Amino acid sequence: MTEQRKLRILIAKPGLDGHDRGAKVVARSLRDAGMEVIYTGLHQTPEMIVATAIQEDVDAVGLSIMSGAHNVLMPAVVEGLRQKGGGDIVVFGGGIIPDDDIPRLREQGVHQIFTPGTSTENIVKWIRENIKPR
Amino acid sequence: MISLDALRAREVRACARLMRWLDDGLPEARVLLKQLYPHAGKAWLVGITGNPGAGKSTLVDGLIQKFRTRGQTVAVVAVDPSSPFSRGAILGDRIRMQQHALDEGVFIRSFATRGHLGGLASTTADVVHALDAMGWDVILVETVGVGQDEVEIQNLAHTTLVVMAPGMGDEIQAIKAGILEIADVFVVNKADRDGADRTVRELQMMLELGSSVEEPEDGRGHESQARKDFAGPMRRLGPRGWRPRIVKTVGLTGEGLDGLVEAMLEHKKAYQEAMKDVDFKKALLRREFLEIFRRTLLQRGWSYLMHEDHIREIVEELFGGKTDPYTLAEQAVSALGRL
Amino acid sequence: MLFDTESLKEVLAQKESWTREELAKLLAESPERQKRFSSISDQEIPRLCTPDDCGSLDYLEHLGFPGRYPYTRGVQPSMYRGRLWTMRQFAGFGTPEDTNQRYRYLLSQGQTGLSVAFHYPTLMGYDSDHPRSRGEVGKCGVAVDSLRDMEVIFDRIPLDKVTTSMTINGPAGILLAMYIVVAEKQGVTPDRIGGTIQNDILKEYIAQKSWIFPPRPSMRIITDILAYCTRHVPRWNTISISGYHIREAGATAAQELAFTIADGIGYVQAGVDAGLDVDAFAPRLSFFFNAHADFFEEIAKYRAARRLWARIMRERFGARKEASWKLRFHTQTAGCSLTAQQPMNNVVRTTLQALSAVLGGTQSLHTNSMDETLALPTEASVTVALRTQQIIAEESGVTNTIDPLGGSYFVEWLTDEMEKQAQKYIDKIDQMGGIVRAIELGFPQREIGDAAYHYQQQVEKREKIIVGVNKYAMREEIPIPILKIDEEVERRQVENLKEVKRKRDQAAVKKELEKIEKAARSNENLMERFVDAVRVYCTLGEIIGVLRGVFGEHRDPGML
Repeated sequence: MTEQRKLRILIAKPGLDGHDRGAKVVARSLRDAGMEVIYTGLHQTPEMIVATAIQEDVDAVGLSIMSGAHNVLMPAVVEGLRQKGGGDIVVFGGGIIPDDDIPRLREQGVHQIFTPGTSTENIVKWIRENIKPR
Repeated sequence: MISLDALRAREVRACARLMRWLDDGLPEARVLLKQLYPHAGKAWLVGITGNPGAGKSTLVDGLIQKFRTRGQTVAVVAVDPSSPFSRGAILGDRIRMQQHALDEGVFIRSFATRGHLGGLASTTADVVHALDAMGWDVILVETVGVGQDEVEIQNLAHTTLVVMAPGMGDEIQAIKAGILEIADVFVVNKADRDGADRTVRELQMMLELGSSVEEPEDGRGHESQARKDFAGPMRRLGPRGWRPRIVKTVGLTGEGLDGLVEAMLEHKKAYQEAMKDVDFKKALLRREFLEIFRRTLLQRGWSYLMHEDHIREIVEELFGGKTDPYTLAEQAVSALGRL
Repeated sequence: MLFDTESLKEVLAQKESWTREELAKLLAESPERQKRFSSISDQEIPRLCTPDDCGSLDYLEHLGFPGRYPYTRGVQPSMYRGRLWTMRQFAGFGTPEDTNQRYRYLLSQGQTGLSVAFHYPTLMGYDSDHPRSRGEVGKCGVAVDSLRDMEVIFDRIPLDKVTTSMTINGPAGILLAMYIVVAEKQGVTPDRIGGTIQNDILKEYIAQKSWIFPPRPSMRIITDILAYCTRHVPRWNTISISGYHIREAGATAAQELAFTIADGIGYVQAGVDAGLDVDAFAPRLSFFFNAHADFFEEIAKYRAARRLWARIMRERFGARKEASWKLRFHTQTAGCSLTAQQPMNNVVRTTLQALSAVLGGTQSLHTNSMDETLALPTEASVTVALRTQQIIAEESGVTNTIDPLGGSYFVEWLTDEMEKQAQKYIDKIDQMGGIVRAIELGFPQREIGDAAYHYQQQVEKREKIIVGVNKYAMREEIPIPILKIDEEVERRQVENLKEVKRKRDQAAVKKELEKIEKAARSNENLMERFVDAVRVYCTLGEIIGVLRGVFGEHRDPGML
């Protein structure tokens, strides 16, 4: 068979906030960088995101949160993935996230946080450097 | 590595992994496919195709619900197009099915076409066979839905739904020749809109005139068909005498879904009846084999050409003007046997 | 005509010679900085506007006088010489107690109206103890679960003296009902309270995405509110038709204008279809626009909005009252224009944006605080934001005359251009069968998504500059203090909710919830039911829960 490995990335919107501009712009940028992007749509619980990531066998999950609930929701996704045997799926995030919160989120297993103003080019670059098809 | 037991027990992680291997064309996947093959053949394969905006995903969402209430497990294969420029894709069909994300009796998987035409990904057939062998009761395959030439689904599905929505211009005309012929059930979705009844009438008229709907073949006399199979398009195989049903639905509210399921079950019954016929079964087996043969040939050929840069040698030879491409192609094919 | 034909001819002739001579000569020596100049919306901007660019404008027909149709120059005859705009800072966070304290601070600092920000669970119709609320309680606004919370928020704030704007959509009727009952308990009758509920569900489907029910039942609830308020709460602005969020989602200025006006048309049509007299409810519709970074484009947008709406109300809907023709609007500076990098720069951005709103004739204004890309604003930063408005109002002198930019060749040209572009979109939406249908088809959503992506690409190619982000970036950032919402808030709020549920009359609650279900299934006005239900402390989540059962839930159609 001819192999063609492709990065599969889940872009997810946990929580109740409806600001999907960033998530959609990132999804389009990853597509334009040649990746396959699964988008969950809005208002997902951490459990739904975990189940989706496992079913879709993605290489990474990008979480976009604007509501300030990141300290609860991001670790919940990381923990859920671990419990469901997806501990090797890389979790990264973006949104309105104060610098002070970032070290703790990293400790809890969120690999990278992109704060407002990050160019999509940098996100693509980071993914290419840090995530490989599994 | 993936164990056959885990797959047969429908463990999500194993299922998902295998899908990925198939999608990415890993050789390990083929080994598993062979092991799984004896277990396949129990699932009901349903294809859902139709225009963009006809509401296919929402309909699939509703069908999942219906089959779950009947106690059946459901796998969904949703195919979206890859961008021809970046070769990336946004797979968004499952957004409309997320309410089932936590249901362990439901497995949803999104695929990109990765350049394959015909409404499916090149590996969709393998994916569906694998899901079948894992023991999913119903497998719903949602095609890309860009309109024309999405007829590949009929070679895969037992029952094919063609979905359309009124108010999108001249619906019947819009669905290009080819796709109408593959419907076992026509679904006029978004039937709460103006024009739904007109669409139904037009479909009825078309079916009565019998102009463009060809009756499916039941495989009789399949032995003499071998030449045709390779030359022309695949013949439509299905229960003889089946007249496509027309069903109105409103995907968003679930209206009409019971009627749709009923029509689908009728077709399933007719299909199972036809399966009792040896000729029909053999025709199906032949079609399946030819399809796999075609792909195997292509893949083998391709790996040969890429192997040790054979293709470059060939181009060099052609550039030298010493020989013609026909001879070289024949030589390459003969070389395959020696691999 | 603004200019007579003879002098226009002369201007045109001179313009040609100027282009051929002075300009051509200079361009040959030193070309302009860019090949193409365009606004932040990527609207191409001409080098120079002259009288011929507004040659087809007729002063009386297109501009007229402030307070007179078509209101291009403003909705009141004296504008800010009479009364300044209402300075209304959007605020709310943590528990009701925290928010009450912030409101009383803002009022003591000279703010003239209140504007309530609710947390996400309230916006989405969940109580603070719902599993979906975890992590969200008090984060983006104040937590309101029951009447008890509204009583606390407005404690010692006289509701006959201040007006209150509430940013709430799906559950708008329920929050208004709570406000009515709180006022009642203060001894203020419904006819004496004033304020606004956003209640603009259409823009939720288009841009903001805090929806609960599908579009059609949502429109029914809105017409119930229109009917109820016309009878009982006559000073209340029943819908604040909002372009703000459409713009924040990435729309261009013309799209913001077009989709907002199209939403407005949708509501008026729904009211008329429900049998209401257009002049009975239209005067209580107000608008809410974004003040983005492109100064003149924004001013042109507001001026065009007034002219467009006046014509639509008079000609399309046959409204006879002048109050129905007038587009009154609130403005908020653009949250999405602020940067996390070098946050002090945001003060300057906000100042320019606020100035455009004032020059565009806004009726009320919220100025963002410099720290809002990082968190909710601190008391110190919100004070600077409020002071920004006060400086514009009382130092800058721009309030001394009405519509000072009226008659500027460029501004008039751009106003006309905005109107034309918006009209084109509106025509297209009409052809689709109206805004609800267009939303179902995903048309505005897709247009906005495309515009957002286009802008992002321009930023990454540095065709559009964001100071401190893609130009003049600094390694070392100057940190500013930010407001943190303690996770403790969630626990306290859930406790409060438990307490309310324990103390209330359970039988009455059950009875009212049943009545709501009955009303939802019939065509009985829901507003009356809401008022009775909140009075006996039915919670927001309980009421919405009943309605979800009847109306179903809207789910993300995921237009990409």
